[in-house]
Amino acid sequence: MSVCVAASSALAVQERPLGLPPVPIPADNPQSPEKVALGKKLFMDKRFSADGTIGCSTCHMEEKAFTDGLPVAKGIKGLKGTRNSPTVVNAAYYKEQFWDGRAASLEEQARGPFVNPVEHGLKDFAPIVETIKKDREYPGMFKKAFGIKAEQVSMDHVVKAIASFERSLVSGNSPFDRYMYGGQKDAMSEAAIRGLQIYRTKARCQDCHRIEQTSATFTDNKYHNLGVGFSLIEPEIFDIVKKVKKAKKAGIALDDDILSSQKISELGRFAVTLDLEDIGRFKTPTLRNVAVTGPYMHDGSIETLEEVIELYDQGGEDNPMLDSGIRPLRLTDQEKADLLAFLKALTSPEYQEKK
Amino acid sequence: MCNPKEEFMKNKMNRRSFLKRSAVAAAAATLPLSLVEFSWGSGDSRNFTFAYISDSHLTHVKGAQFVRNFDKGLKKAVTECNFMSPKPDFVVYGGDLAQLGKREELDHGLEIMSRLRHPVKWVIGEHDYYLDLGKYWQEKMGSLHYSFDHKGVHFVVLNSILTYDAWIGKWKSPEERMSNMARLDNPNGSPFMVGQKQREWLKRDLAKVSKKSPIVVMSHSPLYKIFKPWNFWTDDAEKVQALLKPFQKVTVLHGHVHQILYNQIGNITFEAMMSTSWPWPYPVSYIKKANQVPRLTVMMNRADPFHERDATGWSVLNLDDGRVTNHYKLWENKDRVLKYDKRLGYPIDVEYQAPAKRIPPQEHY
Repeated sequence: MSVCVAASSALAVQERPLGLPPVPIPADNPQSPEKVALGKKLFMDKRFSADGTIGCSTCHMEEKAFTDGLPVAKGIKGLKGTRNSPTVVNAAYYKEQFWDGRAASLEEQARGPFVNPVEHGLKDFAPIVETIKKDREYPGMFKKAFGIKAEQVSMDHVVKAIASFERSLVSGNSPFDRYMYGGQKDAMSEAAIRGLQIYRTKARCQDCHRIEQTSATFTDNKYHNLGVGFSLIEPEIFDIVKKVKKAKKAGIALDDDILSSQKISELGRFAVTLDLEDIGRFKTPTLRNVAVTGPYMHDGSIETLEEVIELYDQGGEDNPMLDSGIRPLRLTDQEKADLLAFLKALTSPEYQEKK
Repeated sequence: MCNPKEEFMKNKMNRRSFLKRSAVAAAAATLPLSLVEFSWGSGDSRNFTFAYISDSHLTHVKGAQFVRNFDKGLKKAVTECNFMSPKPDFVVYGGDLAQLGKREELDHGLEIMSRLRHPVKWVIGEHDYYLDLGKYWQEKMGSLHYSFDHKGVHFVVLNSILTYDAWIGKWKSPEERMSNMARLDNPNGSPFMVGQKQREWLKRDLAKVSKKSPIVVMSHSPLYKIFKPWNFWTDDAEKVQALLKPFQKVTVLHGHVHQILYNQIGNITFEAMMSTSWPWPYPVSYIKKANQVPRLTVMMNRADPFHERDATGWSVLNLDDGRVTNHYKLWENKDRVLKYDKRLGYPIDVEYQAPAKRIPPQEHY
């Protein structure tokens, strides 16, 4: 997909808070306030689920910085997913979506949960389009956003609108941004400033959670094996790998079935690429707003940032496919405390009070 | 690598022959990966697959403690080997399992290697040898040189890291001897050799083999001469090569150099295996003055030091009609494939051999 960068409109200026690069906007889905408003309404709508209880916003709540605060997502009938709901804030900067990157765009990503058996639980997309056509407000909003009549509304329009709304959820201006890019040397505490130094050197965070010269997305858009959850699959890994290969060969879509299995889910990126080196690899998530978007890791298995720092300090969870940049760090207590102070300085003002 | 034939051809090369060569490289490079995988271990008696793991340098610290980085390399290779489908016929371990030849290191290596689901053929390296002169290795792994036949190919394993008896006897302790052999640029070092006794054995062994039968020789050091100060070298290489000369298809696979090198000398194809521990640079990158080091054509990508495993890896080898296709599994990097080009008569990198396809190396340090 070709991507252009929002440039001239007032929206574009608004969309680029301090510390963030320009938001990548696909050429076939330009931003407009009408589309963002429509996307927001669709995002909040719980009717697009098998039992009318689940909307996008169920797991991505604005008051929780667009997460759900749970270890793993909870869908219809209280069914549990296998992975932690990531924040939507700044998801626009990821090159690929989902923890395993199986969706190439926000548009593609938005389709998945509707038909996932443990999320929205729909059999297909037809009920969504039907509901929209019969709604009092939607037809007018689609007309404004896309210039189409109600009968012309398709899933493509639905996911484009949702993606546009998500692209409006970009957030910088954290104490770190004001310190780093705003020239405000007192925006971060002394501890956080020391933490930044540790982050860039001994703690080896910077190589994956990138900070660049003029902006920071805190991700390398790559996939890494930290060993979290790996012990669950290690004893039967050969059988699990065989099962995935067979399922993929049979043409079963990952969203439908495969990833609802906890063990297959732990294969991470491998289930997408079938490349052995991708076993147990998951996407590097952004660290923006990390202090208010726990619990942590792809499976939400770690409650606090202190414990996350301990995990990295011990060199991840040992396994034969552990990422080759992960190794024991031997941080001192002071260094760990400073690192924590730095991570807490990555919270944007709009989410500061919403823990 | 320098390739005498290639050098010769370069002088005579005109535009037409250049275009022809490039086309071969391009066609090979566009083979879909699935096709390559499909050819692994096909039923043809002359077409089979084996894997090669080498140079792990497991290093004992104290008690049950070993250098973590090097453990990780071997464990990763073993795990990935176990995922191979179809299974390889066997796995070769190319030597330097240990760092200083200690029993702790060899035992530790055997323990990790025991997780392999495939049979193993062992080749000894100097780091395994110079503490007890191969005694413990022989007890645990078996002979230091031997041969076997597999699906129409004659395999020979040589102990190419022997040296002069006078040098072996001159040290105060086995440990001192071992650490002197483990050093590069050591003025008190000594060159490797196969030695007369083993060459005589090789001669007798090869006498039983048809000249048309493909031969694969596996040694730790290269059975040709690259750079003596680092022992990228076997002193009696020419004499070993002479014994192999009558055969139509000969491939020598070696470890020791920790990088991708390949060469063709007469009828013999030489290919180096990756190390699972660390990469060495090519010697000429240090020795900038005029030198006799063979010319390197395709340089490896520069390793990213953040990633311990970058520029290390292992190999999957296909034997097809007696010739090797070597799939280098390069961690944190793009895999490379060497294929013997029957028309040219030497191996080429299927993707990067043409000068225009190469990734420019870094030339300042």
